[in-house]
Amino acid sequence: MNPFLRRTRGALRSPVTFSVLAGVLIGALFLVGTGADPVTAYEAVLTGSLGADGIGSTLSTGTSVLGMALALAIPLRAGLINLGGDGQMVLGGITAAVTGLYSPLPAPLTVVLALLAGMAAGAAYAALAALCENRLGVPLLVSSLLLSYPAVSLASYLARYPLKEPGSSLPQTRALPDGVALPAFGDSTVTVGLVLVVLAAAAYWFTDKRTAFGYEIRMTGLNSRFSAYAGVEREGLTLRLMSISGALAGLVGAIGVLSFPYRFVDGSLTAPGYTWTGLTAALLATAAPIGTVVSSFFFAVLQVGGLAMERTTEVPRELTQVLQAIVIVFLAARLRFPGRWFDRRKEAV
Amino acid sequence: MFLDSDLLLSALRALTPILLAALGGAVCERAGVFNIGLEGMMLMGCFTSVATSWFTGSAWLGVLAAALAAAAYSLILAVGAVTLRGDAVVLGVAMNLLAVGLTGFLLRTVFGVQGTFDDPSLAGLPLVGGFTPLTYLSWAAVAVAAVLLSRHVWGLRLRGVGEAPDAAATLGVSPARYKYAAVLVSGVLCGLAGAQLALGNVTLFTENMTAGRGWIAVVAVMLGRAAPVGVLLAALLFGLAEAAGFRLQGLGLPQQATDAAPYVVTLGALFLTTARRRRRTPSPSGAAS
Repeated sequence: MNPFLRRTRGALRSPVTFSVLAGVLIGALFLVGTGADPVTAYEAVLTGSLGADGIGSTLSTGTSVLGMALALAIPLRAGLINLGGDGQMVLGGITAAVTGLYSPLPAPLTVVLALLAGMAAGAAYAALAALCENRLGVPLLVSSLLLSYPAVSLASYLARYPLKEPGSSLPQTRALPDGVALPAFGDSTVTVGLVLVVLAAAAYWFTDKRTAFGYEIRMTGLNSRFSAYAGVEREGLTLRLMSISGALAGLVGAIGVLSFPYRFVDGSLTAPGYTWTGLTAALLATAAPIGTVVSSFFFAVLQVGGLAMERTTEVPRELTQVLQAIVIVFLAARLRFPGRWFDRRKEAV
Repeated sequence: MFLDSDLLLSALRALTPILLAALGGAVCERAGVFNIGLEGMMLMGCFTSVATSWFTGSAWLGVLAAALAAAAYSLILAVGAVTLRGDAVVLGVAMNLLAVGLTGFLLRTVFGVQGTFDDPSLAGLPLVGGFTPLTYLSWAAVAVAAVLLSRHVWGLRLRGVGEAPDAAATLGVSPARYKYAAVLVSGVLCGLAGAQLALGNVTLFTENMTAGRGWIAVVAVMLGRAAPVGVLLAALLFGLAEAAGFRLQGLGLPQQATDAAPYVVTLGALFLTTARRRRRTPSPSGAAS
């Protein structure tokens, strides 16, 4: 068999293909169950998210999804799961909002400062979870998740009381001053934030492929005991990876605040579930850099397309969340098409 | 007075769902299956109990259906982690996500509402002496689990399967069968926990109404070292924190502070117990596990 055929066969047989196809099929069953036409529904998902009206929305959703997916993928590459993305993102967002409101610097510098402050807040909070594991022996999975709730509550408190916009009935801070915003492309909702997140993805790809640090991360993920014998210091690695992860989550929060509606609105960062969608995307790609970008885009399409599907077929958009989870369930169970299906086809050729 | 019988009563009410789910988690842990899908199983129980209770008019059928539905749902973990040897953590995370999506989807397709389903004709569980029968059942379950795990041959075999599956298999005990049983038991208990939450503590269904209680249950399993009485004490701590939070809110503290209280208390307790455990047994090179 020539290499190209073998690679195609490998890709077709991969658990990812199986999981995505199984998800789409089960989704179709759900659609039939609710009396909708699956073809129309999936068409609405695709045209609604990739058509001229939807692509902007897909890219701006994709900014947050990719950012959170990277935040979770980077520690995941070393076998560490950061479940505290919500807390880190929200702290980044509220810190960016405070910086944007009170910084005395000119607007363009304030934007940079707000982004950096948001990243620092997220990084510090994620580092706290790493310290909980390193020093106190609380598993990262649990410490990061439990720390997330007080952070979300704190940001909610700040947005509702001390920083609340006077006279508004909404739980939101005052709007940032004029000019304290990320530049948008044309009149779309896509901002420079997308560029920042894509740059982060490129940096992750480079680190993963070309540097000793990336090699250490991958080795730790594959076999942490072996990497410990090889001299990788686990505690330091956990702390560094969590700091990077938290910084990215904080960046997503800061981008959210520095884009429309240019303020911190309580719940607007956590409600769309970027953290969980990001985790799903990272898991689907087994944290590989390019795969994470592709799967993030796939889930952004699902999320935005879900809204379009709801409009045309009246099927609730929660179906797309069901699809995401089903894909991951199949993937975790490592189901794949049996090899003999492909061998038989080969004989026929 | 701050500490009074009212506080204790509301703590005991807050305790029941956590306790039931955490007992399920403890049984799984003892059988060697790490179950972080408790949250999702509970949520499935919440929705099924409300839906069944509304359509049949009987809260008891709701409880039964919740137990069955959550047990069926737990099969995802059993098949995925035991038979197909998938990653239990990833499966658990996906099960929690799936439950949020599925219950939200069903809420809108079955009841045609978004957010909350609240109907005056929805039958809730009766109260006996201030508690639902499920609360008494949860206390009985602690005793039964404690006796089973430490005295009965099933419990000993279950622990054997969790600690040394190969040795258990050599003795003719099927590890897969015991693991399946443990996961199904956790499903039933989480279903009951969900029913208690949706038909006992309140009588309604809200999207994502478990709100992290399944995760607290996971932590309670760790805190209580997967021993039924330990789990009871850990869950009681959470119940007290939640009840104290409500009380503090009455004294004028913002809701956000009291929302965070149970998680902060749980985390603090986790620090204290792991720190003490570590001092007793210094682990070589400080490797956290």
